[in-house]
Amino acid sequence: MWNSLKTMWIIFLHMFHRRVTIEYPDEKPKIPPRWRGRIILSRDPDGEERCVACYLCAAACPVDCIALQATENEHGRRYPEFFRINFSRCIFCGYCEEACPTDAIQLTPDFEMGEYNRKNLVYEKEDLLIDGTGKYPGYNFYRVAGVAIGGKSKGEAEKEAPPVDPRSLLP
Amino acid sequence: MNEWTGIWANLILILAAVFAFSAMLSWIERRLLGLWQDRYGPNRVGPFGVLQIVADSIKLLTKEDWIPPFADRAVFVLAPAIVAVATLLAFAVVPLAPGIGVVDLNIGLLFFLAMSSLGVYSVVLGGWASNNKYSLLGGFRAAAQMLSYEVFMGLALMGVVMLAGSFNLRDIVAAQENLWFCIPQVLGLATFAVAGIAEARRLPFDLPESENELVAGFHTEYSSMKFGLFFIGEYVGITLISAMIVTLFFGGWLGPLLPPLVWFLLKTFIVIACFVLLRAALPRLRYDQLMAYGWKVMLPLTLVNLLITGAVVLSMA
Amino acid sequence: MKRAAPGVNTARVCKCEADVTTIHIDNRPYPAKDGENLLQECLSLGFNLPYFCWHPALGSVGACRQCAIKQFKNEEDKRGKIVMACMTAAKDGIRISIDDPEAREFRASVAEWLMVNHPHDCPVCDEGGECHLQDMTVMNGHVYRRHRGRKRTFHNQDLGPLVNHEMNRCIQCYRCTRFYRDYAGGRDFDALMLRDQVYFGRYQDGVLESEFSGNLVEVCPTGVFTDKTLKRHYTRKWDLQTAPSVCVHCGLGCNTIPGERYGTLRRIRNRFNGAVNGYFLCDRGRYGYEFVNSGRRIRQPLLRKHGTAPLQLASKRDALQRLGEILSSGARAIGIGSPRASIEANFALRTLVGRDQFYLGLSERDSRLLASILDILKKGPARTPSLHEVELADAVLVLGEDVANTASRLGLALRQAVRRQPEKMAIKMGIPLWNDHAVREAMQEERGPLFIATMADTRIDDIATRTFRGPPDELGRLGFAVAHALDPTAPQVPDLSSTIQTLAETIAEKLKAAERPLVISGMGCGDKAVVEAAANVAWALCNTGHAAGLCYAVPECNSLGAAMLGGDSLESALEAMDDGAVDTLIIMENDLYRRTDAAMVDRLLAVTRHIVMIDHIEHATSAKADVVLPAATFAEADGTLVNNEGRAQRFFQVFVPGNDIKDDIRGDVTGDIRESWRWLRDIIVAAGRGDDARWSSLDDVTAACARAIPNLEPILHAAPSSDFRIDSQKIPREPHRYSGRTAMHANVSVQEPEQPGDPDSPLSFSMEGYPGNPPPSLIPRFWAPGWNSVQALNKFQDEVGGPLKGGDPGERLIEPMQGKKVAYFQNVPGGFKPCAGEWLLLPMHHVFGSEELSILAPAIAELSPQPYLALNPADASDLGLAAGDEVQLHLRQRTDAPADGLTGTEPMATAEIYRLPVRFKPELLHGTAGLPAGLPGLGVLAGIALPAWGELKKAEKGIAEKGKAEKGKQVEE
Ligand code: SF4
Ligand code: SF4
Ligand code: SF4
Ligand code: SF4
Ligand code: FES
Repeated sequence: MWNSLKTMWIIFLHMFHRRVTIEYPDEKPKIPPRWRGRIILSRDPDGEERCVACYLCAAACPVDCIALQATENEHGRRYPEFFRINFSRCIFCGYCEEACPTDAIQLTPDFEMGEYNRKNLVYEKEDLLIDGTGKYPGYNFYRVAGVAIGGKSKGEAEKEAPPVDPRSLLP
Repeated sequence: MNEWTGIWANLILILAAVFAFSAMLSWIERRLLGLWQDRYGPNRVGPFGVLQIVADSIKLLTKEDWIPPFADRAVFVLAPAIVAVATLLAFAVVPLAPGIGVVDLNIGLLFFLAMSSLGVYSVVLGGWASNNKYSLLGGFRAAAQMLSYEVFMGLALMGVVMLAGSFNLRDIVAAQENLWFCIPQVLGLATFAVAGIAEARRLPFDLPESENELVAGFHTEYSSMKFGLFFIGEYVGITLISAMIVTLFFGGWLGPLLPPLVWFLLKTFIVIACFVLLRAALPRLRYDQLMAYGWKVMLPLTLVNLLITGAVVLSMA
Repeated sequence: MKRAAPGVNTARVCKCEADVTTIHIDNRPYPAKDGENLLQECLSLGFNLPYFCWHPALGSVGACRQCAIKQFKNEEDKRGKIVMACMTAAKDGIRISIDDPEAREFRASVAEWLMVNHPHDCPVCDEGGECHLQDMTVMNGHVYRRHRGRKRTFHNQDLGPLVNHEMNRCIQCYRCTRFYRDYAGGRDFDALMLRDQVYFGRYQDGVLESEFSGNLVEVCPTGVFTDKTLKRHYTRKWDLQTAPSVCVHCGLGCNTIPGERYGTLRRIRNRFNGAVNGYFLCDRGRYGYEFVNSGRRIRQPLLRKHGTAPLQLASKRDALQRLGEILSSGARAIGIGSPRASIEANFALRTLVGRDQFYLGLSERDSRLLASILDILKKGPARTPSLHEVELADAVLVLGEDVANTASRLGLALRQAVRRQPEKMAIKMGIPLWNDHAVREAMQEERGPLFIATMADTRIDDIATRTFRGPPDELGRLGFAVAHALDPTAPQVPDLSSTIQTLAETIAEKLKAAERPLVISGMGCGDKAVVEAAANVAWALCNTGHAAGLCYAVPECNSLGAAMLGGDSLESALEAMDDGAVDTLIIMENDLYRRTDAAMVDRLLAVTRHIVMIDHIEHATSAKADVVLPAATFAEADGTLVNNEGRAQRFFQVFVPGNDIKDDIRGDVTGDIRESWRWLRDIIVAAGRGDDARWSSLDDVTAACARAIPNLEPILHAAPSSDFRIDSQKIPREPHRYSGRTAMHANVSVQEPEQPGDPDSPLSFSMEGYPGNPPPSLIPRFWAPGWNSVQALNKFQDEVGGPLKGGDPGERLIEPMQGKKVAYFQNVPGGFKPCAGEWLLLPMHHVFGSEELSILAPAIAELSPQPYLALNPADASDLGLAAGDEVQLHLRQRTDAPADGLTGTEPMATAEIYRLPVRFKPELLHGTAGLPAGLPGLGVLAGIALPAWGELKKAEKGIAEKGKAEKGKQVEE
């Protein structure tokens, strides 16, 4: 009881404290880069789509608001045919970013995405894909992976030995 | 003729005043909360945001008035009306100042108790009619909470009645000419205030709607002005409880210099501010704590108060 | 390693008391099967012991060293030694430890070294999310890669349209070669190279020859072999909506798990059924599914305004209204059902038109064949075996059926059956049967007796003791001769050549000597004598005190079920039409042009005023209909099918077809696909006879059917009814990790649609529902905590490798009449006599191509042969033909009619001339030729009932060119 009264007194005294409110939108807030706001899909350092359509973000998403379909180009590089985030469902938890093995999906410090129509909160790949690498420069999944894609054959990835010739007689 | 005009004038003015005040209260509360939590509160619409309530009403009125297909329609629609009507009716007996007040009932206090307990039906029915587990749980909680706190709410006032020797609220105010009952009835005041907060489902006793676990409790499914009615009902409730506290324990309109009505309003406002402070400062109780608190602390306290008051009154007589 | 303490299956019942011993795992006693390998026993007891190379159907070889455990001498022994669980037999009192720190460390290090060369592929690996290697790595607790060196790499091979190859991911467990070579008899695939460079592939790029290559996808514990058709619309296991289903591409009724995403079928996986398909499917069943997504699907009702108007899109209401008008105008309608439609659909049609107006939709010859097979199975003393029982047979005669092509999975079962006799050697040598390599070493090339008498070479000839080639008549004679050799009271075959006589005696001797002899035949050569000869052989065995099995391959998924419903042939339908009292034809899920001569179908359709077609794909018959209603495929409907064993099995709807939301938004008429029985019910109602069919769910139809046809009563128990619940919950079709629920429709409407309800089954179209293991006939997928791959199946069996918990699904409808003597068939055919200038055209079945639906799947179509005519090279050179030349085929008219004594059908007026390229098949007898059965590229030729007589002539060059152009058109069609 005494505690409660003391609390009330302390809170009452806050009447005389300075207000900490930032008067958004007159005054723009400073948002840290790891803020979890609008989601983007980034590109690798070579300018190609980073997303390999592995579905991990979709599986991690607690509100199931990511839907995509994988496809491949003629050289075997996998990428999403479509990639949709329904931001009217997204809770900006960042699990998708945690799950992404390629650093493709990233949350950004942009939170100004209010819309009058829920429909406008459905973002397709065209709306999500940016031109840069986002927060994580440098990483290129296909340079590490063992699959061959256009311009990178077997044995040409990082730390790979040249392919075995199964017809060779040498041990 | 003249008498009727007076009553009608009283009625309409008080109704309007209560409505307006309750509406303003939502702004006042948010500003006050802002003040105590080092922020602003609504400050965009009109000077200091006073027109916030206008914006809110427009918003509420233009929102889709949705009745879930699985709800019990009739009850669903009725529920929010009950709370507003019941609390407003209770206001009828509150004496604002000599000559200002809707009716002068000699069982005023009982009428108030009766009306305020009607309010719980609204919550229970609303929760039940929504046909949704969160709402139903909210309704359950409201029912249990009312039941527990109603018990000592009435009892807490009996001390006052004993001292004043009347159920008529004007008589009770008049009886405080010399000494506000908050002094002799300090225990009664404390218990009544607690019960009142619980009755108005205000923090820290807002378990029926506790957002963290029940989404929005009994009014989860409500939208638009039906939700608005619950909202207004709550603010009218606060105003009512505050007005009652003032009437019963702080001498109502009594006070020097200033006109009685001003005194009454001033005191009421201060009590309301205390309620808001409570909300700003205290977290919500756990449900079992709430129950234990009601039955194990408040009820015995009220009974003790009753005994002492009884003894004192007896000995004085 | 985690031990699933609550899952430990201590209540396990061993069937044979004598077999049970007690083993001590981590100092606690458990019951185990004596002599079984410890890995299997630990898994059966519910322990999570990692493994790679062991497979319940392939046995143990101890190649991967993953299943290491500690074995102790006795209670005092604290040090113990590490052994491989899969290579150690459970002996009474044996003390082992799974949790021992050293064993755990050993296992973790195995995982680590397997990962040394493993590529960083999971995100783009199709195995991901159902990868046994992932599961085992997690189970072993190997999380951090210490090796910093280079990884070895391989080039991949192009293995054809079915299986994708990504060799980098191999962990050298040898499961693939052991399945492909040892189990399925493939020869074009092997383990090449040595040490950490072992390469699993073909000798050179090219299509995998075995029709079981698709099983590599499930057998391989990693992503080396993955489903290439899935790759084109890749979806992870956790995103697939799945339901228990039954394969519709042949008559064996293998159990499958089709998976759907975004409204299209994505893949088929094997659904273990210990009695039927066990762990494996054939490629037709696995890859034929894409017909469901075919552009030739009928998706909306079509109406013809008047006689010659084109078919136009119509709303469901208009179509039903039209049908109501037609049917209530007093006209009489006859219904043509289908052996590829479920029992319920056929029954609904029978209810609509009445029992006597219901026809089976087969040619006269096929109806009779089917009816006599059903009769033989019902009346005779020989039991029709399940596929599992086929595997247990120790002497087999295949009479007339090219099982590798018409019932492939049966061929795989035969490959196991020939091991039964030599296995006894291994047992005598004290080698437990699970010790795969040792058993195979002991057996060498030894094989049990298997005699294959067929029209042409088959792909299982390599395991045959003796083969015999000849046209159906000769095969029939051989069969009758065998029967006579077994039981002299069976009819004798006159004028038998001495070679056939000796062969028959050898066969009879081997069958007699066997414990579980088996005779296999079928409808493949379209000959009654063959079917009857097979029955005679089996009955002769039974009559002389040998419990023989008799197994007929039937062509379609519900051939026997349809036969049990009754109904006459198309020829009788035509007769009924000719009477003139009938003017409406309701055809359900049947392309009549594939059933019999085009001319006859033309006549049938021409005399009909209203033709109503209910089917899921467009074909020649549907093009002639006046009202076309879009039916659901197996993936969009529920129903019961009866396989060749007489086992009724329920298949369940996988997804709700059409995009309902799209309709709401656009307000047009797409997505009216519904189950055939629902259409038929609505027609019954529209015709004003609603009282006949107050069916609101499949259960109502099934119940009505069981009431009307007492023989079919057991179909009620083929699966739990739709009100079945566990903990008052339905069984979810979507896995609990199903993703994208709030986004997949968001492009159309941001409001999430309600989950569709399912009145027909205890499954729900949702991820909510009972999370545990459902009853065996309702298993929508194999998954268990920590076991994301198909290996989770272990958790669904009482005893790993044994039947599913609760018994293998399906209800047998046909049991033999034990002890009763039946009269032998007496119609011994005369020998085959070649006819100068004419050839007997024999049906050549093709696993890829001969079946109507699977050929619509692009991958299967790619593997199907082009139309050809096969000739003995000598015959060809007589005709002046070289390989690749074109031959002119002129069909003789209605050849088989007199044989069956059919009256009232006059011969066809004009016979057509066809042009086909020639192929050589040396095994064909002089005077016979082979024509591929049912290839769509053959056009109307696909409907000819083979065998049939035809004249052959060398096609002249100029005309040949024209012929080619024509054929090209046909193929396009
Ligand atoms: S932030 Fe969270 S809710 Fe939003 S898309 Fe990612 S995982 Fe889903
Ligand atoms: S997790 Fe990353 S790579 Fe995988 S689908 Fe999502 S965005 Fe693409
Ligand atoms: S085989 Fe398994 S572990 Fe290897 S890359 Fe594929 S999913 Fe990953
Ligand atoms: S390809 Fe697959 S099955 Fe074959 S050895 Fe490698 S990992 Fe094992
Ligand atoms: S499973 Fe035992 S060694 Fe491979």
